[in-house]
Amino acid sequence: MSRRSAFVITCLAFGYAFLYVPIASMVVYSFNASQLVTVWDHANSPTLKWFVALLHDQEILGAAWISLQVAIANATGSVILGTLAGYGLARFPRFRGRFAFTAMTTAPLVMPEVITGLSLLLLFVALEQTIGWPAGRGIGTMIIGHMTFSMAYVTVVVQSRLATFDRSVEEAAMDLGARPVKVFFVITLPIIFPAIMAGWLLAFTLSWDDLVISSFTAGPGSNTLPMVVFSMVRLGVNPEINALATLTITLVTILVVGASWLAARARRRAAAAVA
Amino acid sequence: MDRLRRRLERTRISSRGLVVALPYLWLIAFFVAPFLIVLKISFSHTALAIPPYRPLLVWTSRSVLEIRLDLGNYLAMFSHRLYGDAFLNSLKVAFLSTIFSLAIGYPMAYGIARAGARARNFLLLLVVLPFWTSQLLRIYAWVGLFKANGLINQALLSLGVIHEPLTLLFTPFAMYVGIVYSYLPYVILPLYANLEKLDWQLVEAAQDLGCRPWQAFYKVTLPLSRNGILAASMLVFIPATGEFVIPTLLGGPNALMMGRILWDEFFGNRDWPVASAIAIVMLLVLVPCMMAYLGIQSRESDQ
Repeated sequence: MSRRSAFVITCLAFGYAFLYVPIASMVVYSFNASQLVTVWDHANSPTLKWFVALLHDQEILGAAWISLQVAIANATGSVILGTLAGYGLARFPRFRGRFAFTAMTTAPLVMPEVITGLSLLLLFVALEQTIGWPAGRGIGTMIIGHMTFSMAYVTVVVQSRLATFDRSVEEAAMDLGARPVKVFFVITLPIIFPAIMAGWLLAFTLSWDDLVISSFTAGPGSNTLPMVVFSMVRLGVNPEINALATLTITLVTILVVGASWLAARARRRAAAAVA
Repeated sequence: MDRLRRRLERTRISSRGLVVALPYLWLIAFFVAPFLIVLKISFSHTALAIPPYRPLLVWTSRSVLEIRLDLGNYLAMFSHRLYGDAFLNSLKVAFLSTIFSLAIGYPMAYGIARAGARARNFLLLLVVLPFWTSQLLRIYAWVGLFKANGLINQALLSLGVIHEPLTLLFTPFAMYVGIVYSYLPYVILPLYANLEKLDWQLVEAAQDLGCRPWQAFYKVTLPLSRNGILAASMLVFIPATGEFVIPTLLGGPNALMMGRILWDEFFGNRDWPVASAIAIVMLLVLVPCMMAYLGIQSRESDQ
């Protein structure tokens, strides 16, 4: 294969079309006036009526509020656990039980969600029977469930950032008499902060999108947004969901493009500072 | 000075323990311990109670502790065709989806790795963007495309390729498309990370020595990206085996997948012991795959 063969370029074009045509179709049809979603109503479109309907749908708004609480708590908790785990794995090449620790932080990345969800629920039920905690299931049990798989993602992000970390700065601080804890908070943490932020956003997104683990660990009256969307989608296509998708995609695009622009600017500045 | 260093070493060892202890204990409590409970309940007898299973250990009199292991849940796996078929079908679907994802993802990762620096960042951004967007919503998008009056049928009808709408939704085809579509970023990113590190001078050397471009690819690039291919395969194969959302929304009522059977046994039939037995049987297949993935990861980071 040459550097830019026609074959590779065709594959790229096909691949990106495959990734983006479904997303684009959802966005376009969210402005369609017809209830039938995929039949374009020329007379009345484009319209914003599904966005208005979405923002007045109490079930969706209530579920979004629950999802938001779970996602924020989960992201914060996962970042604490994941940063500790990533730091431990990157900095301590040998400790007792390291292999088991690596396995435990990797397995949640690939474990089918139905298995994780089922096992967490059975744990919560068994705990409630024996020690009375957690009393019933709801937002709290969902947060624990989400943290268990989200922290694995944060671990990977933090660990890979630390792997490319210039340790001479830390050593200089140590030589100047800073204690390890101080070095971590004054030197290490600020440098890996972008990775921690990325981990927070990733954990937030994973939680916000999760359907399966939430369904197992939720209690009565704590339906999350994906759970409501799933039950609507099972009944067929719904224009309000197209509007929800358009809002989600717009927000994600702004955040991801903005974050990568900031990262690129930081890289340019660092390069300029060195030169 | 020596004493100071020794003291430092000692504080580092104890803080080491503290750093790792919290995530370690968390994962043991909420990730490992639950599997032991699943294992236990998979041997319990289903009952009309809350929770819907009988205890394994029962004090029948003051001095007799009876242990009742109900193997029926596992025997049911073998005696009912449904479970066996679903199990084999899940492995088949996961395997074929892995092959299709690699077939689409490898050339894309290759193209991105060989693009110029600026184009590369933009192309990667385009791969990551869908990854951040809800998987559920992206699967829902395909429902709209595959419907009888959906976009694909409308396009084919207006082009005159077909005269009646095709049945696309609730077919195995739709399910494969959904799985490949959802997992494509998981294939492209590790393959890209692997290909980006590849020493292209080796490929040039092969070509200088008379290899045709395809031969150089087959003999040099492909073997060198073996770890990337294996890692990407595991990232699709393992979760796809237990996939629930995609078979339900795109595969329709006839899509026999283990993830769905487990879900239906649990939520529909309230048969927690059988659902647990299904989970254990799936784990017996998937844990060796996870160990293989772990092995590839540690080999990659050693390089």
